[in-house]
Amino acid sequence: MENTIEATGLELSYGETRALAGVDLSAPAGTVLGVLGPNGAGKTTAVRVLATLLRADSGTARICGHDVATEPDRVRGLIGLTGQYASVDEDLTGRQNLVMIGRLLGLSRPEAHARATELLGQFSLTDAGGRSAKTYSGGMRRRLDLAASLVNRPRVLFLDEPTTGLDPRSRNEVWDTVRGLVDDGTTVLLTTQYLEEADELADDIVVFDEGSVVARGTSDELKARTGAQTLTVRPRDRADLPRVLAVLQQVSGAVPTTDARGTSSVPVPNEAVLGAVFDRLTGQGIAVSELAVRLPSLDDVFFALTGHGAEDETPTDSRQEALA
Amino acid sequence: MTTATATPPTTAPRPAARTTSSSALQQSLTLAWRNVVKIRHQPEALMDVSLQPIIFTVLFVFVFGGAIAGDWHDYLTYLVPGILVQTLMFATGGIGVALNNDITKGVFDRFRSLPIARSAPLVGAVLADVVRYATSIVVLFAFVTALGFRTTEGLPAAVLAVLVGIAFAMCLSWLFVWIGLVVRSAGAVQGIGFLAMFPLVFGSSALVAVDTLPGWLQAFTRNNPVTHLIDTIRGLLLGGPVAGPLAWTAGWAALLLVVFVPLAMRAYRRRV
Repeated sequence: MENTIEATGLELSYGETRALAGVDLSAPAGTVLGVLGPNGAGKTTAVRVLATLLRADSGTARICGHDVATEPDRVRGLIGLTGQYASVDEDLTGRQNLVMIGRLLGLSRPEAHARATELLGQFSLTDAGGRSAKTYSGGMRRRLDLAASLVNRPRVLFLDEPTTGLDPRSRNEVWDTVRGLVDDGTTVLLTTQYLEEADELADDIVVFDEGSVVARGTSDELKARTGAQTLTVRPRDRADLPRVLAVLQQVSGAVPTTDARGTSSVPVPNEAVLGAVFDRLTGQGIAVSELAVRLPSLDDVFFALTGHGAEDETPTDSRQEALA
Repeated sequence: MTTATATPPTTAPRPAARTTSSSALQQSLTLAWRNVVKIRHQPEALMDVSLQPIIFTVLFVFVFGGAIAGDWHDYLTYLVPGILVQTLMFATGGIGVALNNDITKGVFDRFRSLPIARSAPLVGAVLADVVRYATSIVVLFAFVTALGFRTTEGLPAAVLAVLVGIAFAMCLSWLFVWIGLVVRSAGAVQGIGFLAMFPLVFGSSALVAVDTLPGWLQAFTRNNPVTHLIDTIRGLLLGGPVAGPLAWTAGWAALLLVVFVPLAMRAYRRRV
């Protein structure tokens, strides 16, 4: 069966900068493709090409079999786009925003109002529908933006970092909405910087770095790819952190990293090292509140694939922060 | 939030994939409606066009009027068509700033991802500015009527004068649509707009009769489209030749459209 989203060899440069350096993407109908990568990796550019807002220098992209470059109007009739910055009209009310889109799409005035009512209800904006969008919270604005991209019941939905800047509750609401849409057969392409988000929603994940796909697969496949497991330790007293790091390095032979909470992690070949680490820590009288061996997280995967963290923080930086 | 269990796509009224010219007009009107609603939500957006005619009138009639014409009342009569056009000219610049803001805020990304005519957001913005033009004209006539200004050619001619002025402003606004799309920041758009407008507005028959100017300036002023427009409106409000200046005005308006509509459309397609 043909994929709903199919892109091959997309290349695009802004002057000297190569935003896309030969990107292939595909997503079967009714699935979520997660595009994961740090800022500036080319995620948004890829979405803009697929949504007909930008033209690639070379390569082809098809949505439901229609070429984005040669049949942009057909493609626009099939897609919905929610941009990185909620592109709602702040001076209009929530309802007016939705009615405007409906009218633009050729609905009659009553049809457009009916659709707006339906969407406002669906996104818990019924009470706020008559207020101008500039009074909305970030989460409400994002929901309105999402609602606006659904007016024409798109078969393919592009969500460009839909939860960036949202609080956890609003983020969960967006996730629920996306799951509901996918259950109804919508194909979703979701870009995100949050590994957790890709893990939660995406059937397939492609990892972007500097305009190229550096890895693709399911969340489990990507995790399996790094092979190693991770040993994590959190000393009860932060002052013990330097000694913990020294122990980890001795046992594993690798340089450990530390997150902001004071949890140090280091890749280890197997769980057998757990005993050795425990013995050395207790031998030095270091009390720990957490000691575990776990399968790699997508964060670890990202680091292993690109050589830098997903948040563009080098491990050295975070270690220094933790020690400071 | 209730989870989004959208009704199956089959029940949806599918929008037409292709944009016909009638639907393009409908889309432009919808987007014009959007801009008018924006004005209704923040009426202060009309402040510039409501205050300008009053400020210009007071400035020229009472500050310079005595020196230029000897009597401010006579000068008021001469000046009204000039002020009318002058306010319209300055009102056209606003569209460039507004479009530039829309693009920066990402609202146009939404429009561009919809299956609508490419021209609709631009045409819609041009149409909506009629509200601004009409506001400035209403304020001007109310103010100068209170000061004692009367037209001599009757109401139909006065209405025609207003329509000609608004129509010309709509053509000229395509210049600012284009500038608004090619210039990066809204502030720069405003600066460029004023630079373009000052010589055209002040080097015209708006404030003084052309024969009082030095010869080299007369050459410019007589061929200035703003002069033709003012002469047309002056004829329709106060008597005098209309056909000649109207023909010139129409020619200039057509030229503005032919040059700047394609330029603006091309800039719109290219603008990321």
